[in-house]
Amino acid sequence: MLNALGQILGLIFSVNFILTVITASTPLLLAASGELVAERSGVLNLGVEGMMIMGAACGFAGAYLSESTIIGAICGILAGAAMAAIFAFLTLGLAVNQVATGLALTILGTGLSGLIGAGFVGQRIVPAAQLHLPGLTELPVVGRILFGQDAFVYLSFALIVGIWLFLYRTRSGLVLRAVGDNHASAHALGYPVLKIRLLAVLFGGGCAGLAGAFLPLAYTPFFIPGMTAGRGWIALALVVFASWRPGRLVAGAYLFGAVTFLQLSVQGLGLGIPPQLMSSLPYLATIVVLVLISRTRGTAGSAAPASLGVVFVPDR
Amino acid sequence: MRLVLERRAERSAVIAIASPLIAIALTLVTVAVLFALLGKNPIEALDVYFLEPLLDPYSLGEIVVKATPLVMIGVGLSLCYIANVWNIGAEGQFLIGAVCGSWLAVHTNGTDAGPWVLPAMLILGALGGALYALIPAICKVRFGASEILTSLMLVYVAYYGMDYLVRGPWRDPKGLNFPTTAPFDPVATLPPLIDGSRVHAGTLIALFVVMLIAVVLGRTIMGFEIKLVGAAPKAARFSGFNADRLVLFTFAVSGALAGLAGIIEVAGPIGYLQPDISPGYGFTAIIVAFLGRLNPIGILIAGLFLALTFIGGENAEIAMKVPLDLTKVFQGILLFYVLACDSMIVYRLRFISASRKASAANA
Repeated sequence: MLNALGQILGLIFSVNFILTVITASTPLLLAASGELVAERSGVLNLGVEGMMIMGAACGFAGAYLSESTIIGAICGILAGAAMAAIFAFLTLGLAVNQVATGLALTILGTGLSGLIGAGFVGQRIVPAAQLHLPGLTELPVVGRILFGQDAFVYLSFALIVGIWLFLYRTRSGLVLRAVGDNHASAHALGYPVLKIRLLAVLFGGGCAGLAGAFLPLAYTPFFIPGMTAGRGWIALALVVFASWRPGRLVAGAYLFGAVTFLQLSVQGLGLGIPPQLMSSLPYLATIVVLVLISRTRGTAGSAAPASLGVVFVPDR
Repeated sequence: MRLVLERRAERSAVIAIASPLIAIALTLVTVAVLFALLGKNPIEALDVYFLEPLLDPYSLGEIVVKATPLVMIGVGLSLCYIANVWNIGAEGQFLIGAVCGSWLAVHTNGTDAGPWVLPAMLILGALGGALYALIPAICKVRFGASEILTSLMLVYVAYYGMDYLVRGPWRDPKGLNFPTTAPFDPVATLPPLIDGSRVHAGTLIALFVVMLIAVVLGRTIMGFEIKLVGAAPKAARFSGFNADRLVLFTFAVSGALAGLAGIIEVAGPIGYLQPDISPGYGFTAIIVAFLGRLNPIGILIAGLFLALTFIGGENAEIAMKVPLDLTKVFQGILLFYVLACDSMIVYRLRFISASRKASAANA
């Protein structure tokens, strides 16, 4: 037992640990960043899982056919945004319930990605290149962590910093938050509520698509149907965990990345713990985190945007 | 000229009835286009998908077999959705119900246990599903955690839990290493209703459930409360109805029905527990609930229709070499159309000209 504990501790304080956590956290961070912006504008898009898996299928298809990671990533972004456009048409254009539409988006995305990806299962691509700066990347310990990642990782951080700057340091960001907190007032002030929400939802879809594309382009160099395995849902939970704040989102995503690592490494130790228990760990952790975060916050002082999930039809 | 959404003065009764039919018609057109894109003859495809299963007695039986869990779960979920409570983890409750009921079947296997086994299994299944559904309900009522996310997360947990049992402690030692339990004893299986078909007594239970829920919704205070809380939460609060109790009630009932559907599926058409007992019944039932307009009789019809897409999909895979995922695409598209058409009950689309808009702004 003590020996096993030592082994786990040894694993945690290794460079390998940090590298694995970064790869596991990046798709969560990318998807959750986009969803955070959409939810800040007052739209709850539960279809993240569907947009992500479409991003994975189309991203892989694009990368395989063009032999380029960048084109693959762009295909992923476009696929996610296209799915988000369907969602926006229903929820913003036709004032349909956002929860039900989000579910429909996930069901459609799962099926459509299987259809698109069917021809590509079993194929392999060259995984996304990792940064290599002579001298810096070879540095002990920090070298590979700071200077040896692929573009997705750096992009995920640039994205979250950009979102923070946009939300809190620009006028447009202020308007977006106003729309999410009180759409009736924002409308009365003359802001185009539906147009702002449309842009936010499309941005969220693009991010989810990119997060999905990361999986076959950088995580594993091949596509498997259903490979997102609930990451989209975890990303949704992360936004709640983060109280809709970008800074906390990074912490949350990396916490979940660490859980994933624990799951993988404990399986490798052969302690006799059923692998199924370890596989369900991220989902159990999500429930525990949601309960803890909701409990401490209480229902009254909720940090959620006040108009989140509420249908808006401008009166004329 | 611009297209805008406008609230109707009152709900359109015509569209309320026509909406599921319009949605199905639009889905068929979209599906035909999709088949053409896949390079298949759309007419032939629609025939294989939606007509052929109706002409062959065995396929008809299979439709009933598949509709049984869909209707049972869908009716339970409709209670939640009417009350504006979002249980989307029925798939997990279905699996846990199957596991709880199978526990008894596995442990009485090969003994001379009497005919009490099957009823006890059904009760255990319903109980297991209800308790499993109460986890997200309690998390919501007690801690304010979103029931949407917690109920969905529990689907994955249920799946891995069942996977562990059938690969580990419950695996049939004589089963050539396949991850299944031993076949259930005759006292632990539902009898078939018709010879040469897999239609089983569970279908009768599903029909009874539909009638029961129709009575609860239409004739009891609880049903009134559910409808009121969903339609006018503030009015419900002022009249002293307890919304928390309703969350617990709707989750428990929908979980119990999903769990019952799970054990019926295992004790009926399958006959043993194995990892893939569900082609996503719990999720498809969400579509069934909406397509059925959250009405028990509507759900019965919607369940049969979605069961047809499962059978049609299997037929098309064999006959036309189209991927099975196409069924999920249909189901997703269908739900989109249903939701969009439903919106037209309350709203209407109107063209307004730029000049009229300008004059309205000046007024």
